[in-house]
Amino acid sequence: MNANFERAAGLNIILAEDRDARPSVDEGPLYDVPVAIKDNIATLRMPTSCGSRILEGYVSPYEATVVSRLRAAGAVIACKTNMDEFAMGSSTEHSAFGPALNPVDRTRVPGGSSGGSAAAVAAGVVPIAFGSETGGSVRQPAAFCGVVGVKPTYGRVSRFGLVAFASSLDQVGVFGKTVDDAALALRIIAGRDPMDATSADVPVPDYRAAATRPVSTLTIGRPIEYFPDALDPAIRERCDEVLDRLREQGATIRDVSLPHSGLAIPVYYIIAPAEASSNLARFDGVRYGLRITGEGLTAMYEATRSKGFGTEVTRRILLGTYVLSAGYYDAYYRKAQQVRALITEDFRRVFASGVDVLFTPTTPTPAFKLGAVSDPYEMYLNDIFTCTANLAGNAAISVPIGTVNGLPIGGQIIAPHFGEQTMFAAAYALERL
Amino acid sequence: MSNYEMVVGLEVHVQLKTKTKAFCDSPTTFGAEPNVNTCPVCLALPGALPVLNAHAVELAVRAALALGCNVHRTSIFARKNYFYPDLPKGYQISQYDRPLATAGRLAGVGITRVHMEEDAGKSIHDRYTGATAIDLNRAGVPLIEIVSEPDMRSAQEARRYLQTLKQVLEYVDVSDVDMEKGSLRVDANVSARRMGETKLGTKTEVKNMNTFSGVEKALEAEFVRQVAVLESGGRVVQQTMLWDGAKGEVRPARSKEESHDYRYFPEPDLPPLVLSDSYIEEIRRALPELPDARRTRYREQYALSDQEIDELVADQPLAAYFEETATALGDAKSAANWVRGMSSSALAVRPAQLAELLAMVKKGVISHTAAKTIFDDMEKSGERAERVADRLGLRKVGDDDTLRQWIVEVKAENPTEWARFVAGETKLQKLLVGLVMKKSKGKADPQRVNELLLLH
Repeated sequence: MNANFERAAGLNIILAEDRDARPSVDEGPLYDVPVAIKDNIATLRMPTSCGSRILEGYVSPYEATVVSRLRAAGAVIACKTNMDEFAMGSSTEHSAFGPALNPVDRTRVPGGSSGGSAAAVAAGVVPIAFGSETGGSVRQPAAFCGVVGVKPTYGRVSRFGLVAFASSLDQVGVFGKTVDDAALALRIIAGRDPMDATSADVPVPDYRAAATRPVSTLTIGRPIEYFPDALDPAIRERCDEVLDRLREQGATIRDVSLPHSGLAIPVYYIIAPAEASSNLARFDGVRYGLRITGEGLTAMYEATRSKGFGTEVTRRILLGTYVLSAGYYDAYYRKAQQVRALITEDFRRVFASGVDVLFTPTTPTPAFKLGAVSDPYEMYLNDIFTCTANLAGNAAISVPIGTVNGLPIGGQIIAPHFGEQTMFAAAYALERL
Repeated sequence: MSNYEMVVGLEVHVQLKTKTKAFCDSPTTFGAEPNVNTCPVCLALPGALPVLNAHAVELAVRAALALGCNVHRTSIFARKNYFYPDLPKGYQISQYDRPLATAGRLAGVGITRVHMEEDAGKSIHDRYTGATAIDLNRAGVPLIEIVSEPDMRSAQEARRYLQTLKQVLEYVDVSDVDMEKGSLRVDANVSARRMGETKLGTKTEVKNMNTFSGVEKALEAEFVRQVAVLESGGRVVQQTMLWDGAKGEVRPARSKEESHDYRYFPEPDLPPLVLSDSYIEEIRRALPELPDARRTRYREQYALSDQEIDELVADQPLAAYFEETATALGDAKSAANWVRGMSSSALAVRPAQLAELLAMVKKGVISHTAAKTIFDDMEKSGERAERVADRLGLRKVGDDDTLRQWIVEVKAENPTEWARFVAGETKLQKLLVGLVMKKSKGKADPQRVNELLLLH
C-alpha cells in the first residue's frame, strides 16, 4: 500500500493521504477497501482544495454525502486526488499543485479534470476512486488511463459536498479497475439525499445483477455524428471491431442520428461557465480560503480572486459573466438552454425508438503529451463525445476497448435517464469481448 | 407644489415567521450571538446546497392569497448575483421572471407580485476600528417581497397602504411585521408629475426608512425635492435616495450602490416550485377572516360605529377578545366600550369573567366606577367579579338610611351649594350626586341618590 502511494506521489496524482485511516464500521460491502476521492469532494480531516490556490489547505468541517455513504459501507477514505482547478480542464495540467502524470506513460496527461482519481486506479493505488463529471471529467480520464469511468444520470447521486462547478451538469462519478467494481461502488453512493434538492427519489437496483443479461437482448445504437470523418482512424477501427464482435454475440446494432450533437460544445461552453461564474462567487476571501487584503473591499476581492484563481478558471468566470449580462442573456444563455433542450430531445427520441444504449468512442484521441494542447478551444474538443450526456442528463460509462500505439482508448455506452442497469449490462459485455 | 402629484409604488420585504431558515436547518431566532445561527449551507461553505423550507412556502402562499394574488402552480427560483461581504454565496436566491404570485389588490392599490427570497447577513461597521464585522445569523432567513403598482398618490395614502398591509400580514400570522426589528422593510419608488399628466415621471428609489411615519416624511421630502428640480427646469435623475430620519432629509446614495447588473438566471440547485391546486386551496380555506371582512361583519352583526370597529379590527387579539366577551355578555356595545380601553398585551382576565363583571354593571349591582376597581383587582388576583366585589365591599348600597346619612354629610360639608340647589338651581344636582358617590367610594346607587335628593 505505502509503495503504491509513493509511486502515486511521483506521478503527482495524490494531493493528501490519510495513512492512519481505518474503516469506521465493522463490516460492509466495501469493508477495508481504500478509496480515493477527488479534491473537490468535501472530506473531514484531509484538505478539499479543488486544485486551487484559493482553497489551498482548506479543510471542510462537514463531509459530502457520498463520502459518508462510503464510510458507512466500510470503505477507507485513503487520499485526495489531483484535478484541474475547480474541475475546469481535460488534462489535470490546470492544477495549482502541478500536473498529474499518466501512469501508463509519464510523458502524457491522465486526462481530466478527474485525472488524479483515474490515475490512482490505473496505478493500482486504490481499486475504486471517485471523481466528478461536468462535461466528461470522469469518462475522458478513464479512457486515457485505461480504467472504467461512470457518469451517472443527473440526480442519481447526491451532489451535497461536491464543490459546484456547473450545478445543472455536475454529477459525482466512479472509477473502477473493472466494470464490476464500478457497479458495486455506484450502488453504494446512489440514491435520494434530502440535502440535495436535485437528487432523485428513484430506487437503486443491484447494478452487478446486470452482468447476467445476455448481449443478444441488447439493441445498440451507433450515432453517426460520433464517428466523423476527422476521427482518429485507429479509434474508428477499434470501435468498428467492438461493434462487429457485439453483433456476432447477438446484439442488434443500428445506426442512429442525434442531429444536434454538433452544437453541444458551444452550448456546453455557455451554460457551464455561466453557472460557474455564479458558483465561484463565494470564493471572495471573506469567510475561508485565501485572502489578500488591499485598500478597501473591492481591492481585496480583486487581489484575492486574481491571485487565487488560475488562468482557465478566470477565463471561464469572465466568459460566464459575459453570457449572463444584461443584453446578452437572451442571445447566449437562453439560446443555449433552448438548444440544450433539443439535444436532450435527440436522446429521448432515439431511446424511445427501441434503442437500449448508444455506443461511441469516449474521446477523439488517446492521451496526449503534457503541454501538447495549449489552445483552450482545442482542449475543449476533448469533451465532444462526452458533454452531450451531461447536457441531456443521461447515464454514461467509458470502458477500455484496447490500445492504440500502446495507449488505452475507451468506448462509451450512453443510456437513458436512470438506465444504469442497461448501461452496465452493455458495459459488462464490452469488457468481456 | 399643488400643480404636481406624487406617484408612489412600494416594495415591502417581510421576514417570514419560520423556525428555520429558507434553505437550511439553521434557526431564525432574533438577537442570538453573532454567527451562531449558521451551518455549511448559510455560510456558503464549498459544496453545500440549498433545500427549500416547506413552511416558508406555506407562509408565503398564505400571505399571497390574503393579498388577493393569483398564486402560480409553477414558480422558479433565480440567482441574483452581486458581491457583498454579508452575501455569503455571492448571490441571493430569489425569484425573477416566474414569481410565486401576481396580480393582487389591497386597500385600492394593485399588487404587482409577491415572490420568495432569502435575507442577507449584516455588516457591522462600528464595532471594530478599521474593520467590518459580518454577522450571518440573518443570512438565509426567508423573506417575501411584496411589490405594489405605482397606484398611490400621496404620502398619506402610502402610509395607509402600509398599515393595511401590516394588519393583513398580522391577521394571517406569517410575520412579526416589526419595522424596528427589521422584519418589515420598505423601499419606495417615487416620481412627480404635473397634474393631469398620464405619463409617469422619472422615479427615484427611497430607502432607509425605519418607521411608517418615516416613510410618510421621506416621501414628502423626496416629492418636494423632485418638484423643485422640475420647477427649475431640471430633470430628475434616476437614483437611490437615502432617508436621514434625524435630519429629516433625503440624500443620494453613493453611486456604487446602484446600477447593478444582477445577471439573474434560474437557480440550478433548486427544481421549479410546483404547487398543486389542492395545496393552494387548502391554504385558502384555512385563511382566517381578513380585516375587511371583519369590518363588514362588525357593522352588520354588532352595529358598532366606524370608530369602534377600526379600533377593534386594528388589533387582532383585542378583536378576538371583544368577540368572546360580547358573546358571553350578549351585549356588543357594552363589551366594545370596555374592551376598546384595554391593551392586547394585557388580557389576563378571561372574556367570560369580564362578561360577568359587565353583567353586574348592567344589573345595577355595581357602579361603573366600582367595576374598574374590581377589574384591576381581577387582573392581579385572578378571582371572579362577584368575589372581588364582596371582598372589596363594592356592591352598590341602596338602603335609604345609609344613603341619607351620606347626603346629610354632603349637605353639612357643602352648605352653599346645597342652599343654591334647594333654591332651585337644579344643575347642581349632578355635582351633589357626584359628591355622594365619592363619599361612598362608588358604592352608592346613583339612581336612588337622585331620587332622595329630589325629595328634599
